[in-house]
Amino acid sequence: MRIKMRIRRFNPEADSKPWWGEYWVEVEESDRVLDALHQVKWYQDGTLTLRRSCAHGICGSDAMVINGRNALACKVLMQDVGDECQVEPLRSMPLIKDLVVDMEPFFAKYRAVLPYLINDNLPASGERHQSQEARARYDDTTKCILCAACTTSCPSFWANEDYIGPAAIVQAHRFIFDDRDDAADLRLRVLNDADGVWRCRTVFNCVQACPREIDVTRAIGEVKLALMNGLED
Amino acid sequence: MIHTHKFETVVVGAGGAGLMAALYASQGSDTAVLTKLYPTRSHTGTAQGGIGAALGNLEEDRAEWHTFDTIKGSDYLADQDAVDLMCQEAVEVIYELEHMGLPFDRTAEGKIAQRPFGGHTSNFGEKPVRRACHAADRTGHMILQTLYQQCIARDVRFFDEFHVLDLLLSADGQATGVVAYEIDSGDLHVFHGKALIFATGGFGRMWEITSNAHSLTGDGPAIALQKGIPLEDMEFFQFHPTGIYKMGILITEGVRGEGGILRNRDGERFMERYAPNLKDLASRDVVSRAIYLEVRDNKGIDGGRYVHLDATHLGRQIVETKLEDSAEFCKTYLGIDPAVEPMPVQPTAHYAMGGIPTNVDGEVQLNAQGDVVPGFYAAGEVACVSVHGANRLGTNSLVDLVVFGKRAGKAAAAYSQQNDWAELPDETWEPTQAMLQNMLTKEGQHNVADLRTEMQSLMMDKVGVFRTEEGIQSALNRIRELQEAAQDITVMDKGKRFNTDILEAIELQNLLDLAEVTAASALARTESRGAHSREDHKARDDENWLTHTYASKVDGKINLDYAPVNVTIHQPEERTY
Repeated sequence: MRIKMRIRRFNPEADSKPWWGEYWVEVEESDRVLDALHQVKWYQDGTLTLRRSCAHGICGSDAMVINGRNALACKVLMQDVGDECQVEPLRSMPLIKDLVVDMEPFFAKYRAVLPYLINDNLPASGERHQSQEARARYDDTTKCILCAACTTSCPSFWANEDYIGPAAIVQAHRFIFDDRDDAADLRLRVLNDADGVWRCRTVFNCVQACPREIDVTRAIGEVKLALMNGLED
Repeated sequence: MIHTHKFETVVVGAGGAGLMAALYASQGSDTAVLTKLYPTRSHTGTAQGGIGAALGNLEEDRAEWHTFDTIKGSDYLADQDAVDLMCQEAVEVIYELEHMGLPFDRTAEGKIAQRPFGGHTSNFGEKPVRRACHAADRTGHMILQTLYQQCIARDVRFFDEFHVLDLLLSADGQATGVVAYEIDSGDLHVFHGKALIFATGGFGRMWEITSNAHSLTGDGPAIALQKGIPLEDMEFFQFHPTGIYKMGILITEGVRGEGGILRNRDGERFMERYAPNLKDLASRDVVSRAIYLEVRDNKGIDGGRYVHLDATHLGRQIVETKLEDSAEFCKTYLGIDPAVEPMPVQPTAHYAMGGIPTNVDGEVQLNAQGDVVPGFYAAGEVACVSVHGANRLGTNSLVDLVVFGKRAGKAAAAYSQQNDWAELPDETWEPTQAMLQNMLTKEGQHNVADLRTEMQSLMMDKVGVFRTEEGIQSALNRIRELQEAAQDITVMDKGKRFNTDILEAIELQNLLDLAEVTAASALARTESRGAHSREDHKARDDENWLTHTYASKVDGKINLDYAPVNVTIHQPEERTY
C-alpha cells in the first residue's frame, strides 16, 4: 500500500526552524514505521536522520511521536497508522537534527535517582537468596528500556523540564522495592524534591506511551505512598 | 576539529563484554568507554533465554558437564582448556551478577532459577539439565542494565555516540589508541591509550534474515583486519532455528526449554527424526539444518519456507510469565497469541563464533602461532577465544561476555600499570579525515542500500545454512565486485552534524570486508562441522580440519593460515543428540 509520510525535519546546519517534509512510500501492512522511515532515508533522502538499532522494541533507540502519540517506530505497524503517517521528534527535549534529540538531560535525571543496587552486606560466598514474592514486587519496573517515551509524553514535564519525570521514578521504584537494596531513603529524598514525584498529576499519558507496557502511574503511586507512609517491611 | 584524549584503558563497545571489561579495567586504570550507541541500546539487551552455569540449584549439575556440552556443541572445534576455564568461572560470575543486583527469577527456596536449554545435559549427554539462569525471557536486558548501573555507581567515563573508525598501532606494533568520529558534531577524536579493548559485538547484518540489530556491522573486526590482524574461524556463523518468519526477530530457545515443539506442515514433531534423544533441544546448527531440510522436502507450512513453533500446550501462565517478551513480539508483529496459535519460524542469522583471535586473557593474537599484539584486547562476540568452536550453545554467549569481559578488563588494567605509553604513529587522524572527505565529495554511481541488500541476499543464499563450492565461489566473486562498488557511492548527507548517512556507508564497507573473509574461509574448509555445512563435503574431517582458520588480508588478498585445536579433555566423537 502507498502511504504518505509527513516527517518533521530540521537540519541544524541549514535550517533556522523545523519544517514538514512529505514523502510517499510503498509498504506492506506488516511493515513497521521504522521500515517506512528507512525507505525514505535509503531511497529518497539520505539526509533524513533518526536513531535506531534493534528494530524490535528492546533497545529503546527509536522513540518518537507518531501520529501525535509517543511510540517506538519499530513497534508501530503501517496497517495501524491510517492514510497518513506523521512523525515528529520527542517533545520538550533539545532538538539536534530531524528525529534526533539530545538525550543527556534525560540520562542525567536517571543518574540522579542512584540507579544501582546499594547493599554493603554481601554474603561471603555463593548466592544471596530472594523470595519469589520479593522478586515479583519490583518485576514490572525492571522492564524499562530508558527510551524516554513516558517522560516526554507527560504534560507536567512539558510544563516544567526540571521535573524528574516518570522514567527516572520507574528506575527508582525498581530499587526502592527490591528488598536486597538498602538505600531507599536516599532515593526517596531525591524524589521528594520540588521537581520530584509530586509533580505527577496522574494524567496516565506515560502508561499509554510505554512500549514495555509498564504500569508507570502505579509505580509512581507506590513511590508517593512510600513517601507518605514509609516503606512496608 | 580534532580532539585528543589520553586514557590508560580505552574500551570500544558498551554491551555486556565492554561494560564488564570497563568495570574491571576502571578498578586499576583510568578508563574510557566509547560506543556508537548509548550503552543501554547495545545488543546484549536483546538476549532472552538465560545464562548457563552449573549452579545445580534445581538438580545436580557440574561444571565439567557444562564443559563437555560446550565442546560437543562446538563440534569439537572449541579450545578445550578455554572452555573448561569458562565453565568453571561461570558459576562465580553468576553470583557476582546477583551481588550487583541482577534480578534473576527465583526458585521456591529463593535461589536463582534455572531452566533447560538446547544442548545442555547432565552426565555427559544423558538428559537435559536445568542450567540456564534466567530473568523471565529478558536475561540479556537485565545483564546490560545491571552492568551499566554498576558503571554509573563507579563513575566510569563514557563517550556515547562515538563511532570508532581506525585503530592506531605504534611503529613496533603495539596498540596505542583509536580514532573516533563524534556523531553529534562530526569531529574526530584521537584516544591515546596504553591498553585497548575491542568489544564491538557481531555482524549479523551481513545476512538477509537476521536477529541482529542494524548496528551490528562488525566495525571492530573490519578495522582490525585492515591493520593486519587476522580473523579466526569466520566461516562459522550461527543460524538460530527460531526467528520470526521474514523478520528474523528472535523467539527464544527458552520456548523449547519450557517444552515448546517444532512441527512441520503435517503437524509432525520432526526433530524426533533428527535428534531422537534431545529432540527440539538439540543444538542450534542441528535444528536449523533440520528446518531447512523439512522445507526442502516440501514440509514447510503451506509449502512456505518456515515451520511452526508450538507453545499452545504450555498454558497461558508459562507463556505470559516465562516467555513474556517472545509472546509480545508475536502479538505485535504477527497478531498471533502463542498461547493459542503456533508461531511461524525460520532460521535467522544470529551469532559469530569467529572473530578477532584472543587467548583466555583477551590478548589479541597476531598470527596462528599465538604471538600477541601488545596492549590490544578483545572480548565478547567480537572475539574468538575459541570457546564456541563451530557452533555455540544457547546461553553461552552471555557466559562468554561476562567471563572474558572480566578477564580482558583485568588484564588490560594490569598491562597499563606495567607499561609506559607507546608512541602514537606519525599519522593519527589524517587518513581517517581524508577518507571521510573523499566519501563526502564523491559523486559515485551506487546506492548504499542497494549494495547492502544484494550482499545480504547473496550471503543468505550462498553462504548460509547449506553451502557448496560453486555457490561460495560465485558469492565471493560478487562480493569483490560489491566491494569495488562500495567505493563508488554517493553519500547524500554532506553535513557534519549527526551524519548517519556516511556512517551507514562505512558500515557497509566493513560488512563487505567481513563477508569476503567469511566466504574465503568457508570455501577453503572442505568439510562439514557445526554451523559450516558443505553439501559437497558432508562429513566432518578430523584428520585434516581439526584446525582454526586464521584469515588475514595481505596486499589486498586473503591469506589463510591454520592452528591446531586444543584437545585436552574430550577426544572428538561422532556428534548425535
